[in-house]
Amino acid sequence: MATVIDVQGISKQFKIHHGRHQSLKERLLHPKSGTTELFNALEDINFKVDSNETVGLVGHNGSGKSTLLKCICGVLQPSSGTIRLRGSLAALLELGAGFQTELSGRDNVYLYGAMLGFSKKMVDTIFDDVVDFSEIEQFIDTQVKFYSSGMYVRLAFAVAVNVDPDILVVDEVLAVGDERFQAKCIDRIKTFQDEGRSILLVTHNADQVRTICDRAIVLENGRMIADGPTHESLRVFREHMMDSATEHDHSGALANISIDSITSPSGSFDVRSGASMHFDVNITSHHAYSGNFVMEIFTRGGLLVSRSDAKGSPVNLTPGANCVGVDLEQIPLLDGVYDINVGILDPRGNTVMAWREQAASMQVTYDGREGGLVELGASIRQR
Amino acid sequence: MSARASLVTRLRNLWSRRELLTSLISSDIRIKYKNSALGIVWSMLTPALFIAIYFVVFSLFLKNGIPNFVIYLFSAMVVWNLFQSSLNSATGVIVVRAGLVKKVSFPREILALANVGASVVYFVIQLAVLGLVLAITGHAPAWSFLWLVPIAFLALYFFTAALAIVMSAVTVYLRDMEHFMVIILQLWFFMSPVVYSYENSIVPQLHRHGVAWIHWIYLLNPITLIMLTFQRVFYVTTTVAATHTTPVLNILPTWPMSTYLYMNLGLLAVMVLLFLGAEVIFGRLEGNFESEL
Repeated sequence: MATVIDVQGISKQFKIHHGRHQSLKERLLHPKSGTTELFNALEDINFKVDSNETVGLVGHNGSGKSTLLKCICGVLQPSSGTIRLRGSLAALLELGAGFQTELSGRDNVYLYGAMLGFSKKMVDTIFDDVVDFSEIEQFIDTQVKFYSSGMYVRLAFAVAVNVDPDILVVDEVLAVGDERFQAKCIDRIKTFQDEGRSILLVTHNADQVRTICDRAIVLENGRMIADGPTHESLRVFREHMMDSATEHDHSGALANISIDSITSPSGSFDVRSGASMHFDVNITSHHAYSGNFVMEIFTRGGLLVSRSDAKGSPVNLTPGANCVGVDLEQIPLLDGVYDINVGILDPRGNTVMAWREQAASMQVTYDGREGGLVELGASIRQR
Repeated sequence: MSARASLVTRLRNLWSRRELLTSLISSDIRIKYKNSALGIVWSMLTPALFIAIYFVVFSLFLKNGIPNFVIYLFSAMVVWNLFQSSLNSATGVIVVRAGLVKKVSFPREILALANVGASVVYFVIQLAVLGLVLAITGHAPAWSFLWLVPIAFLALYFFTAALAIVMSAVTVYLRDMEHFMVIILQLWFFMSPVVYSYENSIVPQLHRHGVAWIHWIYLLNPITLIMLTFQRVFYVTTTVAATHTTPVLNILPTWPMSTYLYMNLGLLAVMVLLFLGAEVIFGRLEGNFESEL
């Protein structure tokens, strides 16, 4: 398989100016005023993306993922290291960044196409598809300044995905338009995958990475902390999120709760489909805390099967060891291994107080005839 | 994509994105006149009005004595308008399009070159109008000198493009440049032979100080030679013979065609080198755009 993106030893330093003057007079008068500090936005990043691969780039705000993306797209020059690309690249960094609001949608399609490096002839051939995809036929000759923000980004997205790039780079832009249009975008990305092209997706939405990506790279403070199959990388990502949340927690509440283990009375997490299951979550808390308990079940492929919580009745943790019992009646899942994540959230559900990714793995065996994920007990007969 | 691309790579990138350049030029022009009733007519109307003003001031009020002064003005104004409108728009262009510069990858100097390109389009329109004026007034150009125009134009293009590229990058670091440029251009205008004559006003004034070679300093302004060439071609008259009321009036240098040719070719060569130098400077400056925009 051919490597289409080859990132070798990329580092990027930014100069941060403190109180420097930007006008000529002030610079002449105070040539040395202000201090400059070097900030390492990226440190020694190495990875490759093969053709036919969809890679997620995750990290929370300020982790350097956008900087890395800009280096790959050529918007930024890395301080050191090399990036090699094979084939054409279309970047959805900020939809509609190249739009001229005074011009019509039609003119902007051509301008944006040229901006992405595609010839007028190529844009001619895809013009109808673009208009079709963006669903703004009626307004294509209207000045873009009269577009709603939804129309604006839809048009930009339509151009970028229709120009047929070999590599598509997407940065947090899948939150475009209404739900139906989003589904269409995801659909388009899937087609892309099927056609054997490469996609680099940047997001902090873990669910999106799970559904789309084969592989995920996790960045933290400009360094790569994980590069592997999606679910493993995401586990690292969540654990790091917890760690850094603990570091930034000044009230000290977070450090005080930890999820130690999940145990099952039978000692095993093997279960037959349709049977019930019980397990205990052992939590140590250093002080009394009343919060919400959350449990997620994922397939190995990274699909969220179920998320449930105890919102109606908060769990009351007492100082010392606590145990939260979870009962699953009649597990309708089919054959497979399912990962269980558990966590404690604050009562409003905004802050994660403790989290355990892949706390346990449940092995389900099923000997019925249904296929897929769940048994619905469907009976089919002719009337 | 290593840290800094070589000059050859830069030029090759630039050439490969020429379609973007034409798109940007056409969108520039369309945006400029989008919501105005007269549209692109303004690209002719504005210079015409300026010529009218200069004519009234310098020919009627100050009586500079240059015959057919409108054609004299027009021949130099086409040159000046290209230079001035390019620099006026290109100086701040990277700052203005910061959103684009920070999000989309393309050779950034294309933004400045697009402004120059739009000015070239207006230049061509104005040149056509000049031709029309010559035809209507029956003022014949110096046909044998006509082929000097493309050479002088190329020199003008490369000079304007070089300055536009450098100024667009410098302005990112020194925002004052935009304001500074207005003054510089005003000064530059009066340092070039548009509203007065080189032979009549500059040469004798400088020679009065007793140094014969000093007028060459004035010719160091590349715009001067280009304007002299345009005036020689379209205005033609170098010397007005004395009458019993007026002395001899020297308007343009009486150089033979070969002098014009060699000087223009020399200038073109220097301007191409200047353009390459501008590309190198731009390449050095653009590395830090991100942290300044």
